[in-house]
Amino acid sequence: MREDLQHAVKLARIELTPEEEARLGSQLGDILKYIDKLNELDVKDVEPTAHAVPLTNVLREDQPGKSLSHEAAMRNAPQTANGLFIVPKIVE
Amino acid sequence: MEYEAVIGLETHVQLRTRTKMWCGCVNEYGAEANTNVCPVCLGLPGVLPVPNAEALRKTVLTGMLLNCNVPSYAKWDRKNYFYPDNPKNYQLTQLDFPSTIEGFVEFEFGDGTERVRINRAHLEEDVGKSTHFADHSGVDFNRAGVPLLEIVTEPDLTGADMAYEYLNALKAILEYGDVSDCDMEKGQVRCDVNISVRPIGQTELGEKIEIKNMNSFSGVRRAATYEIERQIGVLREGGTLIQETRRWDDAVGVTESMRTKEDAHDYRYFPDPDLMPHTPSEEWLAEIRASVMELPLARKQRLIADYHLPASDAEVFVGDAALGDYFEVAAKGAKNPKAVANWVMNNLQAKLTETGGSVADLNFEASAIGELVGLVEGGQISSKIAQDVFVEMFESGKSPTTIVEEKGLSQVSDSGELEAFCNEAIEANPGPAEDFRNGKEAALNFLKGQVMKASRGKANPQMAGELLKKILGS
Amino acid sequence: MPHTLTISQLTDKLAQGELTSREATQACLDRIAAVDGQLNAFLSHDLEDALAQADAADAARAAGEIKALLGVPIAMKDVIAVNGHPLNCASKILGDFNSPYDATVTQKLREAGAVIFGRVNMDEFAMGSSTENSAFGPARNPWDTGRIPGGSSGGSAVAVVADECIASIGSDTGGSIRQPAALCGCVGLKPTYGRVSRYGLVAFASSLDQIGPLTKDVRDAAIMLGVIAGEDKRDSTNVPEPVPDYTAALTGDIKGLKIGLPKEYQIDGLDPEVKAATDAAVAELEKQGAEVKEISLPHTEYAIATYYIIATAEASANLARFEGVRYGARVDGASPEAMNRATRGAGFGEEVKRRIILGTYVLSSGYYDAYYLRAQKARTLIRQDFLNAFEQVDLIASPTTPTPAFKIGEKSGDPLQMYLSDIFTISCNLAGLCGISVPCGFSKEGLPLGLQLLGKPFGEPDLLRAAHAYEQATDWHTKRPQLV
Repeated sequence: MREDLQHAVKLARIELTPEEEARLGSQLGDILKYIDKLNELDVKDVEPTAHAVPLTNVLREDQPGKSLSHEAAMRNAPQTANGLFIVPKIVE
Repeated sequence: MEYEAVIGLETHVQLRTRTKMWCGCVNEYGAEANTNVCPVCLGLPGVLPVPNAEALRKTVLTGMLLNCNVPSYAKWDRKNYFYPDNPKNYQLTQLDFPSTIEGFVEFEFGDGTERVRINRAHLEEDVGKSTHFADHSGVDFNRAGVPLLEIVTEPDLTGADMAYEYLNALKAILEYGDVSDCDMEKGQVRCDVNISVRPIGQTELGEKIEIKNMNSFSGVRRAATYEIERQIGVLREGGTLIQETRRWDDAVGVTESMRTKEDAHDYRYFPDPDLMPHTPSEEWLAEIRASVMELPLARKQRLIADYHLPASDAEVFVGDAALGDYFEVAAKGAKNPKAVANWVMNNLQAKLTETGGSVADLNFEASAIGELVGLVEGGQISSKIAQDVFVEMFESGKSPTTIVEEKGLSQVSDSGELEAFCNEAIEANPGPAEDFRNGKEAALNFLKGQVMKASRGKANPQMAGELLKKILGS
Repeated sequence: MPHTLTISQLTDKLAQGELTSREATQACLDRIAAVDGQLNAFLSHDLEDALAQADAADAARAAGEIKALLGVPIAMKDVIAVNGHPLNCASKILGDFNSPYDATVTQKLREAGAVIFGRVNMDEFAMGSSTENSAFGPARNPWDTGRIPGGSSGGSAVAVVADECIASIGSDTGGSIRQPAALCGCVGLKPTYGRVSRYGLVAFASSLDQIGPLTKDVRDAAIMLGVIAGEDKRDSTNVPEPVPDYTAALTGDIKGLKIGLPKEYQIDGLDPEVKAATDAAVAELEKQGAEVKEISLPHTEYAIATYYIIATAEASANLARFEGVRYGARVDGASPEAMNRATRGAGFGEEVKRRIILGTYVLSSGYYDAYYLRAQKARTLIRQDFLNAFEQVDLIASPTTPTPAFKIGEKSGDPLQMYLSDIFTISCNLAGLCGISVPCGFSKEGLPLGLQLLGKPFGEPDLLRAAHAYEQATDWHTKRPQLV
């Protein structure tokens, strides 16, 4: 797999087997070649569409709402202890 | 060769709102782990954020307090990185269109005032809190999603002490604006320092090194002091510095390089598609502007100028804004505002501490203090009697004038009456009277005391003293 | 046969007392038991819970309650949060995740009295056009179980057409409701972006996703839309536009309605039978008084590239939360990073990995301008094409798909080929329009064909009116596959 795609794999934190790497590398190469099509467009003076609807100032009042019970919050956790979500040791 | 330091500070401040930034979970410190959480702030599948209007208001208010511009368009971006305390593994923040930009903070430093420019104050969200154990870590998401204000200075700070004073000034401003409680121990204020050094005279900046993990403002000062010296030391020995992030170890007193992560941080920012941009209206801005209050430094300077108070008194009233407000009402029209200040800072403050109350709980008007001082200044009562009147005021809420009348506490200044008391005292105490005639000054105080006793404290002590002297002298 | 009824037929019979909700629900459950083994539409369903809801609906009806979907069994695509039910998005990575909350759409369905049951199959995380990307095996087209049902809402379409439920809720990001509806022979409606709340819809591409109904006829789609549309304060992208009575739009009168045919949609890969069926459908609309004219959507050829940059970029961030910390099937590691890598490596299927990597790539430092920013600009151009077209016409008509359903496995080795088949549906999401697919015929091999109509933002009334008028002049929508 080419280096720039490998870098993306690393950023995305997805472990690949060597054959996945080879297969995805080749498929993504084709896909990237296809999307290069967009370079044909003249977009010099075009505004990007960042939002699907032209809304602004959608806010909510600073009023308390419902929280989950502690049990519901932890219900799906792979590992817990002392009310905390447990993960492998974080080293700074 | 002499070197100088160039310092920039990034301060993260938790905003004082009832609820979190994107959801209705309460924003409160100290709750049991993972009890102030909901699907949104836990980053469960399918959830969406909705911005807290009060957090935006406090952000813009802060911008105004920091003399910033409030642009007409602000938007939200995703900052993508993996970390166990980051529930969505992206943080919602404001990258290129923040809510406020380009301001400054002024504060006293050394002999004068310094001005540090603010690059921006933008709104983002806090992450959860990790605790580290022997071979695992635990995460509490109560803090995840709390509104966080990031205040970034330009590299205008030139030393550790200045950085310290800037932080104190910033804290005072934020407390004044009721924006944050700024309690560093509760993690409500966090600070990263960017330090570079360069030979004096060089315009080019040196390598910028970021220092993290300071838990207090004095910790920031210690870390900055150490790091400046360290960097200069490296350069003096002919070494080179590289841009990096270092961790301050307060116990040992050194900064150490943090493990370099090769991908460092490619945050892959892009505009958040779930949140709509914010275009503050003139009405909304005007409302906030109306609530902008006088800043601490300005208030201090005004108290000194208008009320002729010494700096130390002014600082007391700036440090306790409620007390300061109270003082200004009490001192209105007073001929001797310093006397009013004394009463407020000493007698009133003592009584409030004793009862555990605040100026809001008092059952008499602030003007009553002014009235009381007036009675003393005008000679109607002695300062000693005034103390008693004050206690009565505190308890009954009656005005000082009323109390003096009701209790007949008016100072006896009528020379006839006074003379009678003086003669009484002299006759009853021939010994001390003789002692005074023989040159013992102290005996006069004893006699004066007797006059005060006989008059039940109402005699004008000064006049009594003069009269006694006159009588004994003759 | 209760399970073969439409919503409006069933609600009539329930109101008349001819059927109970329990009977209708039981009929669906029996049907599932009979046919789902060969179709794999349902990932799970809780019989007791479904019957309990049905009984509650019957009791409510007896007490005099009247609600739009009271007692009607509706199946939910496995991408929508239902409190107390598993939620997997047809992926292994969610493990035994059980949702502690209801999506807004779930709440609305409950309030309308629906019997919410079953999780139906889909492409993993809604990424795909064939349901072959499900971690639990593909769903199969009821007309030919060796063929795909389409995707990503494949399970929804199958369940509706096979009469395993009365209607289903799916989601559409680039055609995921319309395309399976077309390939299976039912109605699939993608509402305007912002019409239906996305709160509780597991996000694939935030600026493109919408929830919508798959139903047996257009009237049912109108009924469902009326229930699920509307304001929701928990979704900032939701548009507080009032909800009209969509069934009132089904007047049968389309005289004067202007329909555009995009000339760029006459592509080489268009199957001749599909073309013929679509042409015949348009002719029928014309017969009923619609005016048909050719229009141009000049940036059509850039739509797929634009979509696959924007959608994957947004998805790469939306799926970052699946890493084994707070939920899901964790694979341990020596560090959080190692744990993330292993969990995601084991838990995500290949299509999902492909899209996450692509999305990460197009956002990464040095590539953002060339890809993501450029695609956002291309999106503006595509949108403008439609705005211009809608100055001249009220609706746009086309085939929903270039070909009928292909065989399972036929395209799964070539992802790019699969992407290219989205050509007719994909622009609708980029431009924020509404769209519907209705059955318009069968191929010689007996495979369903679909007609797509696209409408202006919040133009659902016209859209439904035209779709309904066409449908009522034909009987495609009444055909059902032979199964048992």
